[in-house]
Amino acid sequence: MNGLLRSAVVIVGLSLAAAMVIALLQLPSAAVHLPALVAENLAQSGVEHPVTAVLLNFRGWDTLLEVAVLLLALLTLLTLGGGKAPAPAAAVDPLLQGLARRMLPLIVLTAGYLLWAGAHRPGGAFQAGAVLAAGAVFLQLAGLLPAWTAPRRWLRLGLVLGFLVFLAVAAALLGQGALLRYPPALAGGLILLIEAGLTLSLGLILAGLFLFLTGRDA
Amino acid sequence: MNLAFDLLLILALSWSAWRSLATPDLTRAVVMFIVFGLLMALAWARLGAPDIALAEAAIGAGLTGALLLDALGALQARRGEKKEDA
Repeated sequence: MNGLLRSAVVIVGLSLAAAMVIALLQLPSAAVHLPALVAENLAQSGVEHPVTAVLLNFRGWDTLLEVAVLLLALLTLLTLGGGKAPAPAAAVDPLLQGLARRMLPLIVLTAGYLLWAGAHRPGGAFQAGAVLAAGAVFLQLAGLLPAWTAPRRWLRLGLVLGFLVFLAVAAALLGQGALLRYPPALAGGLILLIEAGLTLSLGLILAGLFLFLTGRDA
Repeated sequence: MNLAFDLLLILALSWSAWRSLATPDLTRAVVMFIVFGLLMALAWARLGAPDIALAEAAIGAGLTGALLLDALGALQARRGEKKEDA
């Protein structure tokens, strides 16, 4: 019976995959050639890297909602109940602690570089935030940073800062008739401002997903 | 040379994906998942999408792997408590 069920699942899965491949092959070629459009308008986007231009200028609306979804995920995690008092840090290898102490400045430097590089080459707020978060997780694993319980005022502010800055810019630009349509002269500065806020907040949010969970287990 | 590398990458990707799903040992499954994430980042880089490669390495392999290992530790701690109660 089990074998029969398994082969039925495999057959259904394979036929679904085959149907999707066939459907994909039958799709008409796209009427709009997007890469060319992006390349054409790159000059007025305020940045030189096409991916950053799409993420924060041409489709900034999507990125705004993505950040909101991440924030929502963390808020949901927090509503699951506050953690107990964090357990005293277990004895950790001093070698690991030394490594963590020496790595941290490099991690922060890398995050700053990724943020800055986003304007003209691969990089940007999400990657920089993830590197910052990885630094916080590393510190926690090395026993140098206690797990988080309920967020206090500064942590709350840091968590929502990126989203609020993004939203404030969007609202301020609303007066011009369209959401997130930057004036070309200001676009570069505004994108850097938004990305700086996002880097901090995304770092805290992603680190929070790990550190609040660890606080709950303790 | 490049073709050989890509073929090896495809093989390693499928193998690590299969191992991480099929192995009964959860710790090994998580480790294979992290390996899969890092190989996937390599695949994105080969496809000429360094932005996605960076995000995959940092979030897909790094943070998700750390979260899965954390969840695994919590599960094992809970199982240990239950055994002590019985």
